Amino acid sequence: MIYREAGQYKASYQADQAIFPIAQDRFVVLALLAVAFLVVPFVASEYVYRAVLIPTVILALAAIGLNVLMGYCGQVSLGSGAFMGVGAYAAYNLTVHLPFLNPFVCILLSGFFAAAIGIVFGIPSLRIKGFYLAVATLAAQFFGDWAFLRVKWITNYTPSGSVNAPPLQLFGWDLSSPTANYLVALLFTVVLGLAVKNIVRGHIGRQWMAIRDMDIAAEIIGVRPMYAKLTAFAVSSFLIGVAGALWAFVYLGSWEPAAFDINRSFQLMFMVIIGGLGSILGSVLGAIFIVLIPIFLNQALPPLGALVGWKISTATVSHFEAMIFGALIVFFLVVEPHGLARLWSVAKEKLRLWPFPH
Amino acid sequence: MGFFLEVLIGGLLAGVLYSLVALGFVLIFKASGVFNFAQGAMVLTAALALVRALDLFEQWHWPFGVALAAAFVFAAAVMAIVAWVAERLVLRKLVNQEGIILFMATIGVTFFLEGLAQTVFGADVYPLNIGLPKDPMFILESLFDGGILVNELDVWAAVIAGLLVAGLALFFQRTRIGRALRAVADDHAAAQSVGIPLNQIWFIVWLVAGLVALVAGAVWGSKLGVQFSLSLLALKALPVLILGGFTSVPGAIIGGLVIGAGEKISEVFLGPFLGGGIEIWFAYVLALLFLLVRPQGMFGERIIERV
Repeated sequence: MIYREAGQYKASYQADQAIFPIAQDRFVVLALLAVAFLVVPFVASEYVYRAVLIPTVILALAAIGLNVLMGYCGQVSLGSGAFMGVGAYAAYNLTVHLPFLNPFVCILLSGFFAAAIGIVFGIPSLRIKGFYLAVATLAAQFFGDWAFLRVKWITNYTPSGSVNAPPLQLFGWDLSSPTANYLVALLFTVVLGLAVKNIVRGHIGRQWMAIRDMDIAAEIIGVRPMYAKLTAFAVSSFLIGVAGALWAFVYLGSWEPAAFDINRSFQLMFMVIIGGLGSILGSVLGAIFIVLIPIFLNQALPPLGALVGWKISTATVSHFEAMIFGALIVFFLVVEPHGLARLWSVAKEKLRLWPFPH
Repeated sequence: MGFFLEVLIGGLLAGVLYSLVALGFVLIFKASGVFNFAQGAMVLTAALALVRALDLFEQWHWPFGVALAAAFVFAAAVMAIVAWVAERLVLRKLVNQEGIILFMATIGVTFFLEGLAQTVFGADVYPLNIGLPKDPMFILESLFDGGILVNELDVWAAVIAGLLVAGLALFFQRTRIGRALRAVADDHAAAQSVGIPLNQIWFIVWLVAGLVALVAGAVWGSKLGVQFSLSLLALKALPVLILGGFTSVPGAIIGGLVIGAGEKISEVFLGPFLGGGIEIWFAYVLALLFLLVRPQGMFGERIIERV
């Protein structure tokens, strides 16, 4: 009853093809954005910013990037951690060698470096797919791990291999407070997320989906597989690279190569799969879920252990965390292989009829 | 020349161990089409179960032979439980899902197993001694000055791997269950329609892969000590699979040898020019280049499909 699209007539193609064609969706999205931008900064504490909000927002952007590749174009990638790293180190090197550039300009430019590297490692996708491609993208991951550690000019010859981001400021404003960090990250994610939402409904997005659904058929109707796949790799790596630069500059501040190791790749992949393949909303939901679960377990496990008289050490907590995490992933895949986004669309169907289901 | 041979032999022997891990992947992929990322975690679980049981039995002053045999039986039982649970709670529920979903599920299983094994058996580094000699020895001393240094343990590992492969080949070719396994690998639906129980076959395949993991874990464990890094062996085995093809047992062996030798030779002779530590990506880049030329691997089934 509340969520009803009956009576919303579309009189033009523009209205029909809008990003959010249903009025309620537009309203909800606007309301959510208003809350995120205007209400959250007044209520969130520093802990909530550092532990929950900033990681979620940045990783959501990275997950959207990976979803472009995996969900929309159907190319499996396990190298997203390395692409985040490329973005972070590209932004770092830009600030070192071109100190007159504002850090935010560097963050945006870093995406192009990541996109270039992404295209290079996307070339194998022209010949292989599926698991073979997953393993091929692992090559990007391991090569990245090695390069960040061993190729000294990437880290500007710092002896420890750990590098620091420059202080964030714009037009003389200091943007290093958690609130400002959060707003910056949110702005990047919202703008780029909407841009992706726009791209995937346009001709490039349709080409990606055609390739995903059946590459041979797509080729026959005139989609160029090389162009489609490489643009997917480029756009995806661009977004992941920007997310990596944000992760480094806005969230970490100073970081080591281990921040972008294979576990990051897996984390992003979980977000995409649990959130839902081929859904921007799903990427965001997946990011929220994956960021919150470890925090929840960390908080909940020791008291639960104390309840049954068992003192749980931090090592045990991390093992339990791995176990529960693994079990949850299997559980989710068994119960809902299409992810949280699918749950939302089921809920939408129900809401359409509620409260009179017949 | 002597030094080159030494590096080559060292690499080949390390490659045998990669093959052992890759074998487990191939077995499961052939029989159920599942790309089992959990193979590394299975190696870790098996090795941990083995070493902890062995320690315990030795504390009870059992004779070494008996304690070792009992520990192997215990570890095999653990792997059987893992196989049964994996089949029951994961594979059976995910029949007819896409390959990528199953792959993700095995990553979930990996996390679960790693956490569980380390909670139950402890998370330290445990030295494992299963009676394999560990002394370095020199061979071909008459041919080269000073001979070639070979680790005796590696030679034993190669012998064990050879025996294992021969045993598996016999099992697959000569037994009733082996024939059923090959039938399932060929065509699930056809196998089911002639009365082969798929669920049972999947359990057996996971069990066999678990036993292969046990052997791999025992050998790697006596070489490096049983520790968490055993789980990362899975990542070492992936380029081996690419080289050899996902569905070929001989491919896993030869791929392992090529990767092992290539890795060591590149590290020793190429590494110094690139800053060292290139071992971690060399295998992958080698596999990647190989893919561009021959996408199905050396022995994999030809995928007749053009993109």
